[in-house]
Amino acid sequence: MATLTPAPASSGAMTDGDVRHVVHQRPTRPWTRVPFYLVLFVLSVAFFAPILWMISTSFKTAGDATALPPQWIPPEFSTDGYTVLFSDPQAPVLRWLANSVLVGVAHTVLVLLTASLAAYSLARMTFPGKNVAFGLIVSTMFVPGFVFLMPNYLIVDAFDWLDTMWALVIPGAASAFGVFFLRQFFLSIPGELEEAAVLDGANRWQIFWRVVLPLSTAPLATLAVLSFLASWNDFLWPLYVLFNPESLTLPAGLATLRSAYGTDFPAIMAGAVLASIPVLLIYAFAQRYIIAGVSRSGLKG
Amino acid sequence: MTASTQVGTQAANGTAPTSARRRSADGGTRVRAGNASAPYLFLAPFMIIFGVFVLVPAVYGIWMSLHNWDFFLPERPWVGLGNYLELFDPTSLTAVQFWESMRATGLFVLFSVPFLVVIPLGLALMLNRVFPGRTFFRAVYFAPYVLGVAVIGVLWQNLLNANVGLINYYLGRLGVTEIIPWLTATPWVWVTLVGVTVWWTLGFNAVVYLAGLQGIDTTLYEAARVDGASRWHEFWHVTLPGLRPVLLFVVTITILASANMFGQSYLLTGGAPSNETRTAIMYIAQTGFEQFRMGRAAAMSYILCLLLIGISALNFLLFRRQEKN
Repeated sequence: MATLTPAPASSGAMTDGDVRHVVHQRPTRPWTRVPFYLVLFVLSVAFFAPILWMISTSFKTAGDATALPPQWIPPEFSTDGYTVLFSDPQAPVLRWLANSVLVGVAHTVLVLLTASLAAYSLARMTFPGKNVAFGLIVSTMFVPGFVFLMPNYLIVDAFDWLDTMWALVIPGAASAFGVFFLRQFFLSIPGELEEAAVLDGANRWQIFWRVVLPLSTAPLATLAVLSFLASWNDFLWPLYVLFNPESLTLPAGLATLRSAYGTDFPAIMAGAVLASIPVLLIYAFAQRYIIAGVSRSGLKG
Repeated sequence: MTASTQVGTQAANGTAPTSARRRSADGGTRVRAGNASAPYLFLAPFMIIFGVFVLVPAVYGIWMSLHNWDFFLPERPWVGLGNYLELFDPTSLTAVQFWESMRATGLFVLFSVPFLVVIPLGLALMLNRVFPGRTFFRAVYFAPYVLGVAVIGVLWQNLLNANVGLINYYLGRLGVTEIIPWLTATPWVWVTLVGVTVWWTLGFNAVVYLAGLQGIDTTLYEAARVDGASRWHEFWHVTLPGLRPVLLFVVTITILASANMFGQSYLLTGGAPSNETRTAIMYIAQTGFEQFRMGRAAAMSYILCLLLIGISALNFLLFRRQEKN
């Protein structure tokens, strides 16, 4: 498959500059476009309406939230949901938000650093044991994560990391996908660049830091966005390794809100909106990286 | 193999790289900067974390599964294959509950995978056409996926609430007089879990298909057109064969993702009615983290894992067999 090797440095063209490649387009008459657009439109309403409902409900009073017929625009604009949420000492949402940001950023930085270093050595250096290391890393990409749940709980406990951010930041930082993904890109960098750097007296670290990484901003950004999203949305692991209300992340916190607030939908939806804002913002800005990352990771098979 | 021996063998085989470009193709072996320990130093930070949290647990988990490993007991006696045998003992409550949860996972895979393979393909075919607003529609369909299961769970719990939920209200307007118990009774719980999952993750598969569609050689379509092929023929004889590797990937990864289902059940149905939608992962997590029977839970994960490996291998073989025909 030709697309296995990521496009070189300026890979912005990966996502949407591909219009010109679709030359097999049949000529369509304007009227055949009407049902086509209709289907697209109906589908996008179905996809987006629930998200709009979530935002709308978070600004309702508790009464309006359950009123029938459903009110898409809050009859009485209210921030009660947010007030309830922010003032409940049992649900320190701002703390959860801070925890999630901290974990997401630390996790992402660690993934980028460890994966790019490892990928560089696996892509551009020759050493005994290289194939074994690469084989081990790639093969674990196919082992389902739940296999590691019980043993990792005990290992994290042995480090005394239960109920701390370390439990969320460190164990998931060994990203086999990240190594594989960056290695594919590093392989495509011309060797002349490295040779020129060596002639200028650069050592391996300088080549990596000054030549390879600056050329790799697009794949690094893709990996950063994917890692942050994965960390932000992680649900099962935080649910079980964090206990104290103070140390929860937003997704784990939402699960407790759900049982604590029952049908106080404005408060729960306010929590959901809070957990969605960062990812929706990142998505709006980094959409092409996310979609390129997903389609590239999809093509590895 | 060290750098020098590799260059040596290449020279002996008469394949010595002639240009710098050729050399760089096998990893820039000629670049000699730093000492022999450099590759290991670069690899070390990753390998330490990888070793401690991936390689060690893979083995440690097997060790745990061979013991009666209760988190709170000081003694963890060796039980050999006891934990595994218990899961195949029809008189044990654990076995009954475990296989009930495996049944839930199996049903979910069976119900969800066909939708998650076919609908995104249709969507990708639509979105692969050139039309104004294509990027916008792609973005919209993918958006729910970035939200994460915790948000999806609480959102749909609201929408599907039997009494005050939006869905039942609009169904009522359409003439459905019955109040549908989306979160509490079969078969509705299954419709809910599958429907919400399709809504949530459909964009992911669609994007993978889109990338695959763009990899198909366009001259094949031109040739088909010259031969007077209809749209349907084009799809059947050019698009589908061209998508075969992508299709295999989508089917495999969707089965694995569906077999991993946890959050939707945990948040939406809570396993209701009477544990019918309690999935394998949910039961494993409860056994390990709530009852602290971690040896038992580890044994369950390995059985599920073996089953999934088997299914993936079968899937792979089926695709290859088809290719030969």
